[in-house]
Amino acid sequence: MTDQAQLLPGTLDLLVLKAVSLGPLHGYGVLLRIGQITNSALLIEQGALYPALFRLVRQGLLKASWGVSENNRRAKFYELTATGRKRFREETEGWNRLATAMTAALAAQAEEA
Amino acid sequence: MNIFHRSPRTEEMEEELLSHVQLRADDLERSGLNHAQAERQARIELGGRERWKEECYQAMGSSFFESLVQDIRFALRVLRKSPGFTFAAVVTLALAIGANAVVFGIMDSLLLRPLNVPQWESLWGTMYGGNIAWQSYPNYIDLRDHNHSFEDLAAFGMVFAGLDTGKDPSVFNGFATSGNYFDVLRIQPYLGKFFHASDEHGRNSAPYVVLSYAYWHSRFHEDRSVIGRVVGVNKHPFTIIGVAPPSFQGTLVFVSPDFYMPIVNEEQVTTEGLLSARGSDHAVFEVMGHIKPGVTPAQATADVNAVGASLEKNYPKEVARGNTSLAHEGLTSFGPDLKGFLAGLMLLAGLILLAACANLGSLFAAHAADRSREVALRLALGSSRRRILRQLLTEAVLISLAGGAAGLWASVVLLSRLGTWQPFPGTAVRIPVSPDARLYVVALLLALVSGFLFGIVPVRQVLRANPYEVVKAGSSRRLGSRMTLRDVLLVIQIAICAVLVTASLVAVRGLVRSLHGNYGIDPRNTMLASVNLAMAGYSIDKVPGMQKSMIDAMESIPGVEHAGLVNGYPPLVYTAGTRENVFKTETSDLRNSNAAANPYRYEISPGYFAAAGTSLLAGRTFDWHDGKDAPPVVVVNRDFAGKMFGSVNHAVGSFYKLLDGRRVEVVGVVEDGKYQNITQDQQPAMFLPSMQSPANAFFLVVRSHRDPQQLAAAMRTKLHQLDSGLPVDPKTWNELLSVVLFPSRVATMSLGVMGMMGAMLSVTGIFGMAAYSVSKRLRELGIRVALGAQRTQVLQAVLGRTVKLLAVGSAIGLLLGILATRVLAYIVYQATPRDPLVLSGVVLAMALLGLVATWIPAQRALSVDPMMLLREE
Repeated sequence: MTDQAQLLPGTLDLLVLKAVSLGPLHGYGVLLRIGQITNSALLIEQGALYPALFRLVRQGLLKASWGVSENNRRAKFYELTATGRKRFREETEGWNRLATAMTAALAAQAEEA
Repeated sequence: MNIFHRSPRTEEMEEELLSHVQLRADDLERSGLNHAQAERQARIELGGRERWKEECYQAMGSSFFESLVQDIRFALRVLRKSPGFTFAAVVTLALAIGANAVVFGIMDSLLLRPLNVPQWESLWGTMYGGNIAWQSYPNYIDLRDHNHSFEDLAAFGMVFAGLDTGKDPSVFNGFATSGNYFDVLRIQPYLGKFFHASDEHGRNSAPYVVLSYAYWHSRFHEDRSVIGRVVGVNKHPFTIIGVAPPSFQGTLVFVSPDFYMPIVNEEQVTTEGLLSARGSDHAVFEVMGHIKPGVTPAQATADVNAVGASLEKNYPKEVARGNTSLAHEGLTSFGPDLKGFLAGLMLLAGLILLAACANLGSLFAAHAADRSREVALRLALGSSRRRILRQLLTEAVLISLAGGAAGLWASVVLLSRLGTWQPFPGTAVRIPVSPDARLYVVALLLALVSGFLFGIVPVRQVLRANPYEVVKAGSSRRLGSRMTLRDVLLVIQIAICAVLVTASLVAVRGLVRSLHGNYGIDPRNTMLASVNLAMAGYSIDKVPGMQKSMIDAMESIPGVEHAGLVNGYPPLVYTAGTRENVFKTETSDLRNSNAAANPYRYEISPGYFAAAGTSLLAGRTFDWHDGKDAPPVVVVNRDFAGKMFGSVNHAVGSFYKLLDGRRVEVVGVVEDGKYQNITQDQQPAMFLPSMQSPANAFFLVVRSHRDPQQLAAAMRTKLHQLDSGLPVDPKTWNELLSVVLFPSRVATMSLGVMGMMGAMLSVTGIFGMAAYSVSKRLRELGIRVALGAQRTQVLQAVLGRTVKLLAVGSAIGLLLGILATRVLAYIVYQATPRDPLVLSGVVLAMALLGLVATWIPAQRALSVDPMMLLREE
């Protein structure tokens, strides 16, 4: 647990979008899925997830509906809307550009003066 | 509205969080924990619920309204759980807001919008009273034509006339107005038309009557065909030409006339020569008009006084002039007194509000202290302090809204009743108050402001609260010996209450004193009947004979001891009084500045003094020989005798000169009295024989020990036998005195109510404090009793502090009350709190209040059963 990385601000939303883009999930499922795809490298506080989910619903990126979980519990399932899908693609591209730039910047060697 | 039910969104959110916990618990259970452990672990992982909930609300948007709804729901639940606290707080606030709303409503109606006419802000008029020249018609005409400040000037006076519509004749009250009256006021008729300046073509040229809406409604049942009908006004034919709009009730705030008639026709209805007499002081009541744009009221006043000065120069004999000041039309000479009275009342009402706030502040502080455990728990569960403060303020605002609404409702009921109240049945006197939008706004603001004021009292307490301490230590915090905020609040409250009690006792004493003052008359067992022979069409030369037969008829009624009459109005009736300059015999230039005195002037018949109960100090009174051709004689009061001749004995047999130049001989001196109102200083007065200056409007004065109703019936029968067309309505002198006593009665009543409210507030305040301190210390008391404490020791332990605070507060309040004499003097006549009776009364009242308020807590403290209490813990 101790070597889990802290989440950068603003990245939680993107992670949630990614998790949901792979298929409809309930809130707890989103947590599990994020743990799975990050190999448990990122720590997400359980309580912090829900405000993020509600925020994305309000922005129209996610839609929610009640259903039944794999072990027969009533749960609310989230999936991407069309806008959500579009936003997810844009944010992914943006993140990749940033990451590439950051990686390049950090990899740069000092030139001889 | 589902504000008070859980919103579906909240419900859904709760459900979702629950489902999360279950899913997580299922997983944990699979990993080996037992069911209970798994659930607990799942909940802990989710973290501070309160905080997440709040963040979720924010994330869902529109959070303000929803969390407001949440706050309100929660506040309602809390308030329902402590009904005693809620009830006390709401009632306290309702009392305070009610008192303030009533006073403000009266002030708003009477001072802030005195007349219901367009652009009343620029409508200014002369104030009635004093030696102001504008009470005669010729002076009004000159002022109208020679001033440079007014767009136009109208004048009006009051008339009482007999109205004959074919059915039984009745007296009605009206205004005789200049032709331009309605045009100056810029109002339109409700029905028919008004008369105008163009209708005036000299004396008796405009026999028209405009009815007030109220009179048209009550007497003619809104019959539209009355327009054009000819009616008899004092037997003269007048045509009804219109009805005034319902919103217009004349130009005097306290009088609503039944009708309006052109002043050029007034002589037909009242006395001959009224309009031509420049020295008259009862042809015109007030002169008024809209000030021209760009002219200030001060300039207009100077202008009016300049015209007055030139009139005084041109007519030195007739025009006696004081300095005129202008006022917004409507309140006239009542204005300054009324303003002082209402300001004083507003101050007291403000004190009530302050006391109520102090009361509520300590209630809230106690309430918050009781809830410190709950607050601590919520803090520990992750709720933010801001959120908790918001919660507390929501409770305060809810209480202030409930209290404000209740107070407002009560005040609206009271004001509406006041507005329809007729303090003197059968007269046109009214108190035109009505609640309006401004009142609602002010009451609401007051309620909210005081809500926030007392709502923030416990804030410090909450902010300082350390959740772990409170939860660990429990609620039995020890009461320290330090002065706490609540102590200060209680002292303030008691001090304010003592001021109010002082004020009301001072007022009661003042009223008692003025009721038992010496008026120079004995109003008991005396009947007055207003007679106007003009109403029955008598010419002036027939008046003395008729008067003599009337007095004879009155004396022939069995049980009547004395009967007489007085021209115009008797002393202390309708605050009417006529004054006239008198001169030394050697003065030949009878101008105003040469006058020796300015006494009240009464014209009386033989028998008047005996009937009025005025005692003769020296000389003689009049008899029937003091008629038209007898030498002119006069009776003066002691004050007049002293001022003019040095002493009572010197006065009898001395001479002086009247304004008309006649030399009169003083034949008698009577005791001093009050003439216009009971609050005035002693003034000189002179009494002339009515037969030497006959008038057709007078009051019969009849003294008898018979039952007033029987006597009134007998008088009516006798007068009816003399002339069947004469409307008369005998009343007791005391009944008519109620008009002059009205202001002090009202003052006493309102101060009494304020005092009672203050007393109630302090009782609840002391009670709250005492009860709280007893309940907090029950366990300690139990131990003390178990260890053998005496009853007095128990009482001292638990109530000593409260009693000490009560004493301190009362002393401060009494001191303030004494210092506030000047304010009180505005409100009541002869306000002297430096009166041993008042001082001891206040001390006694406060002690009694303290006793009443601590009685129940003391009983509770004494009935402590140590065994029970100790077992409970």
